[in-house]
Amino acid sequence: MNAKRIRRLKEYSLGYMFILPWLAGFLAFMLWPFIYSFYLALTDYRFSADYSFVGFGNFAELFASDERFHKSLWVTTKLVLLAVPLKLAFSLGIAMVLNKGISGLSFYRTVYYLPSIIGGSVAVAIMWMQIFGRGGLINVFLQMFGIQGKDWIFNPDSALYTIVILMVWQFGSTMLIFLAGLKQVPKEMYEAVSLDGAGRWKQFRHITLPLISPVIFFNLIMQTIQTFQTFTQGYVITKGGPVDETLFMVIYIYQQAFSSLNMGYAQAISWVLLVIIGFATVIHFIASRYWVHYEDSDGKKGRRL
Amino acid sequence: MMTRWTALPKHIALSAFGFIMIYPVLWLFFGSFKKNDEIFGNASLLPSTLHWSNYYDGWFAINELPFHIFFGNSFLLSIAILLGSLFSCSLAAYGFARINFPLKGVWFAVLMVTIMFPKQIIIIPQFLMFAELDWLNSYLPMIVPAWLGEFNGAFFIFLLIQFIRGIPLELDEAAVVDGAGKVRFFLLIMLPLLKPALFTISIFAFMWSWDDFLSHLLYINSVELYPVTLALNMFLDNTGKTNWGAMFSVSFLSIVPLLLIFFFAQKHFVEGISTTGLKG
Repeated sequence: MNAKRIRRLKEYSLGYMFILPWLAGFLAFMLWPFIYSFYLALTDYRFSADYSFVGFGNFAELFASDERFHKSLWVTTKLVLLAVPLKLAFSLGIAMVLNKGISGLSFYRTVYYLPSIIGGSVAVAIMWMQIFGRGGLINVFLQMFGIQGKDWIFNPDSALYTIVILMVWQFGSTMLIFLAGLKQVPKEMYEAVSLDGAGRWKQFRHITLPLISPVIFFNLIMQTIQTFQTFTQGYVITKGGPVDETLFMVIYIYQQAFSSLNMGYAQAISWVLLVIIGFATVIHFIASRYWVHYEDSDGKKGRRL
Repeated sequence: MMTRWTALPKHIALSAFGFIMIYPVLWLFFGSFKKNDEIFGNASLLPSTLHWSNYYDGWFAINELPFHIFFGNSFLLSIAILLGSLFSCSLAAYGFARINFPLKGVWFAVLMVTIMFPKQIIIIPQFLMFAELDWLNSYLPMIVPAWLGEFNGAFFIFLLIQFIRGIPLELDEAAVVDGAGKVRFFLLIMLPLLKPALFTISIFAFMWSWDDFLSHLLYINSVELYPVTLALNMFLDNTGKTNWGAMFSVSFLSIVPLLLIFFFAQKHFVEGISTTGLKG
């Protein structure tokens, strides 16, 4: 009896030994900063010992009078609402074409995935500035059709869209996930309905879509969360401008916290961002009950989070 | 299956589309050999003459500090993060997948939540913590968390757990009969079996740390410690706008390590992404 207990205790401590580095990291670098962030958001901390507790003052100021913050909320939302659906539609469409048993699949997969590999780099941001610049690639092409281009990056009407395009350009990783999902759809199902005379749209609507809806849902959630946190592209390409048209929330947080040293205030913005992301995720989960279809009732086949 | 001929239009369309997708990268590459006035207002991809001096100008663009210093820094940082991730994540994954301990369910739930947690929310308290520890302007704020499984660790651990679950339990049991302890089993049997998954993690860790611009921006101030990301950004802010050819040359070089890894390790990407279905 006793020996058994000692063995069990030994296993327990062994288990904790194995997860210890991760656990320590989680407690020190994630949980503690997270708890501290609650307090920080309620102060006017400015990177000096002299600060005070302001309660919900930061939040009041944000919502009542900070017009840059309102703009930032708006452009970030716009980015997510444009880039995420476009990217998903695009990658699903391409994945469906590639899934039709085409030869050279791995070649196309490589080419289409490449932008995702380098898309987050400063180098690509620099490249993008030039492509959409005044004498850049886009304008040269437009000129061939006799259209006078403009500086897309520094024009407030178009700056955001250049970044949306950059996001959609990196459709490779969502495409790969869709491809993996499409492979799971049994071919016999298509054959059965095509005998029934169902056209392509009907096949897509009644077979493909329901069967890969868990994968769509998964991509939707991950892309939404990630896009809300966009930083590098907006920071390097447009510096948040022109006239704050690309002042994504993380850029505004960065500016407030590390350029103006308004750290308490910036933390309050971070909290708004977290609540928005959390809210968006919850909405997705609630809505998913109506459109995400799991193959068997316990959802075993579906890709669960 | 389609016959060759009916598939042809599709291949043409797919290739054309692929060409458009990588055109910007080709343009960047060929642009790195062009003179300034040839880059702009000109659609031709190929340069009229190879303007090699762009590479020289780019490499030495930042006064006194040539780019091999920045590349060296980036490699050092990325390798340290990679090794740390391998260490902490393989341990934790084995613990979660094969050992029983109290509160395991709770910690596993925590792990899963942190995969999706937006880390940008806590950069300010983290920064203050690192300032308190006097770690600013060093690589410690990036390396130490990686060794403690906080550089996308939750994702890596999850990926490894999925992999370990595919390894038959009988193997563990046989080892116990043989009298090998769990630690020895982990080191001598599990780790070698995990090689493909560890390789996948290494690739992701390397690439993500290579491009981790925000962390670099936050924690590194001295130019001699700059990774390539910050050096490029500085070049852009200072002089890059007058010499785009040089700017293009170092920009292109900065993505070469990523491209090489991609071409040589493609299989691991496809598997890593489609089996765990996570970001990439």
